[in-house]
Amino acid sequence: MINYIDLHAHMVSRTTDDYHAMALTGCVAVTEPAFWAGYDRVSASAFADYFKHLTEFEPQRAAKYGIQHYTWLCLNPKEGEDRELAREVLAIIPQFLERPNVLGIGEIGLNRVTRNELATFIDHVELALEHNQLIHIHTPHLEDKYKGTKAIVETLASNSRIDPSRVLVDHVEEHTIRMVLEHGFWAGLTLYPMTKVSPGRAIDMLEIYGTERLCVASACDWGPSQPLAIPNCMFEMRRRGHSQQWIHEVVYTNPSRFLSQSPKFKLAPLAQALAD
Amino acid sequence: MQIEGSCPKTQRELIELEFIEHRTKILDIAAFLDRFDRSIEHNANDDFRIKAFREALAALNSSEFGRVERIQMLLSDLSSELRAERDGQSAYGAAKESEQ
Repeated sequence: MINYIDLHAHMVSRTTDDYHAMALTGCVAVTEPAFWAGYDRVSASAFADYFKHLTEFEPQRAAKYGIQHYTWLCLNPKEGEDRELAREVLAIIPQFLERPNVLGIGEIGLNRVTRNELATFIDHVELALEHNQLIHIHTPHLEDKYKGTKAIVETLASNSRIDPSRVLVDHVEEHTIRMVLEHGFWAGLTLYPMTKVSPGRAIDMLEIYGTERLCVASACDWGPSQPLAIPNCMFEMRRRGHSQQWIHEVVYTNPSRFLSQSPKFKLAPLAQALAD
Repeated sequence: MQIEGSCPKTQRELIELEFIEHRTKILDIAAFLDRFDRSIEHNANDDFRIKAFREALAALNSSEFGRVERIQMLLSDLSSELRAERDGQSAYGAAKESEQ
């Protein structure tokens, strides 16, 4: 069995049975970006509760199944339209950044690609730079994907203080992957039914662009999604004829390489030994 | 012929492995279009999504590599202007004509 890291999983929305199934299929670590609750929260205190959940309760729940839990903090792009709320939430984030499982700022980005969303995105990038944090970026869905990814990449490329190797641009698809990789960022392929990519399409892109700076993740959340999306994709990789080494590079080595840029990301000795 | 970015399966192997799966998908698309024609009320033949869908189907029939990327672009908002304000939380799957 090949161990894997799910770089994008909203475990707050998943059952403990999902942790169990993920552990049984070789998951050794998850990273959980801050997400939208399904409704717009009305106060910064709601975010403080959420950040507490992400940094206290969730790592304990994961640890019971031998899974290391890390997280990213932000006000999600779906709530970025409310500039006043964004300012209030950005003000409380620093008090959580020193917590042991916080790897950086994310998932920030754009949703409907509005002026306010972009302003909120830029504020989050500044916060990340100020605190030397890794950045995890959400790109918009469907018809907004191309326009939003282009706006994000251009915004980051115009900031000379951004080190692209410390930024992962997630949810890339066939029409956005090239621009993300060409600018030196890491790119995430999201194995999510309907609105993102299937295992077959993800593997196609890995074959066409190579495995360097590319990761796969489930982005499982409260919607129709699959916490076992990565092992399912690994099965498809094997069926397609890819080697164990190639699969290991994609599902374990690459996310580990990106995440290890945070001194807090350390795989447990057992997971490391199994992977080696 | 081995080219950079090749799929490790031969064409014959891919047919054996995936033909039935994709045969099913193409029949589902055909059934959706037939169902659309059988609708109790024909009130959306000019809907921006169905128009984009028909354009995508035409692009699917191309014999040139790069079909997915071209179809993705057909289904994308290619304007560069930021929206003045949020018009809802969810995307539609194709760009409204006013945004193209």
